[in-house]
Amino acid sequence: MSEAIKLDHVTKSFDDHKVLDDVSIDVEEGSAFCLLGRSGTGKSVTLKHIIGLLRPDAGHVFVRGKDVAALSGRELSDVRRSMGFLFQNAALFDSISVGENVAFPLRRHTDWPDAKIRDVARAKLAEVGLEDDFDKMPAELSGGMRKRAGLARAMALDPDILLVDEPSAGLDPITACEIDDLLVERKKSGTTLVVVTHNIPSARHIGDELAVLHEGRVIARGTAEELDKSEDEIVQAFMKSRGGG
Amino acid sequence: MLVRLGDLILSLLAWVGEVALFGGRALYEAIVPPYEFKEIWRHVFEIGWRSVPLIALSGFAIGVVLSMHTRASLERFGAEAMIPAGLAIALIRETGPLTAGLLMSGRVGAGIGAELGAMKVTEQIDALEAVAVDSFKFLAVTRILACIIAMPLLTAIIDFCGIFGGYVAETTISSMSAQLYFHRAFSIVEFSDFLPATLKTMVFGFIIGTVSSYLGFKTTQGTEGVGRTSTSSVVLSSICIILINVVLVKLIFFVFPVRA
Repeated sequence: MSEAIKLDHVTKSFDDHKVLDDVSIDVEEGSAFCLLGRSGTGKSVTLKHIIGLLRPDAGHVFVRGKDVAALSGRELSDVRRSMGFLFQNAALFDSISVGENVAFPLRRHTDWPDAKIRDVARAKLAEVGLEDDFDKMPAELSGGMRKRAGLARAMALDPDILLVDEPSAGLDPITACEIDDLLVERKKSGTTLVVVTHNIPSARHIGDELAVLHEGRVIARGTAEELDKSEDEIVQAFMKSRGGG
Repeated sequence: MLVRLGDLILSLLAWVGEVALFGGRALYEAIVPPYEFKEIWRHVFEIGWRSVPLIALSGFAIGVVLSMHTRASLERFGAEAMIPAGLAIALIRETGPLTAGLLMSGRVGAGIGAELGAMKVTEQIDALEAVAVDSFKFLAVTRILACIIAMPLLTAIIDFCGIFGGYVAETTISSMSAQLYFHRAFSIVEFSDFLPATLKTMVFGFIIGTVSSYLGFKTTQGTEGVGRTSTSSVVLSSICIILINVVLVKLIFFVFPVRA
């Protein structure tokens, strides 16, 4: 299998604080990779590097062999079009309705007629259980619903690569399981997943491979079973936790 | 003390340089496809059309006040007949454009700064980039162009409403007919009075759009930062308009010396 994503010795600092310290990760095409770690260890920053929202101070980020930081505006746009990104706080556009949020990428990147765009947006919202909320404004949704709407927007263009930041945060256990199942379905249909989560049961369910990020460094990686056998205290603490959200 | 002053001047120059680069990039991006016509039109409506009541009412009030002041001055010389022309010249050449610029920096500058600032701190700008949309072009360039397009139109409205306000004030005191008032008002106003003064507001629009978009894109520190951006957008774009106006007036006098 070929690599969909590769982080090669990536280092990133904000002011004097080193957030990522020589991080190397590779994610195979069609697999699900879960990034675990405590808050503030650089998990979201890692995702933002993959989609080119941040550039590494040192090292390289490759998406299907292309160095993201070296791409021109148009090339980067093409790479981004093949990816979907669910932000930690969903980052819905608050001036347009939930349905228009999901329709937004379709309006920008397809020449489909309006009726088809609305149908597809409704279908994506239905996948996350928000089919009745098409016309609501983001401010009218709860945190969990916003998250699901954000996921629907991330999936709007049926991306080959889906980057998901805390998919189950703020969701009730049943909805969280449904979202996990949805992500597993995506993986089965060939989508490459990179999921940032604190939720170990969720990571076990979704991930083919897991990695633990601690103080900006990857301290362990492998399958859930391999990490269960790790002797590292932090990894042990993580794998034994049942933490949700 | 001198070191502090030097640092202050350097940071001010650096800020001006950054804003100028931001504005220059916006002008360049505006002529490079793809074009965001739909979004520009939407902002022209939001920025321009929705400002019409404020602009019209302000213009009317300014016209009334200017008429009263002009009458008080000219009455002493028995030159009441010059009131309409004096008021029209004052409004069209300077009062109208500058007032429109300052009003718009308050209404639109604060709005753009706060909107983009809120989008920045809630990661909506990142979300645009993540769905492969050029956020600079989609958010900043469209708003800057809309300000450039809307400003001259709003200036024409404030000029007209001001002259009309002057007429209403004048008819309450004298028995001047509407026909005579407007005839006298436009008797000495020429195209070269109206065009340069009105077109210079495109520069005001550029300043409002650029300064407020720049500050919006640079917003940090959550809602407090958004509030600061909103205030700074108004203050800084107003100061820039007042200062640039000096240069523009000088330039107009240089190009149209007969008007000086």
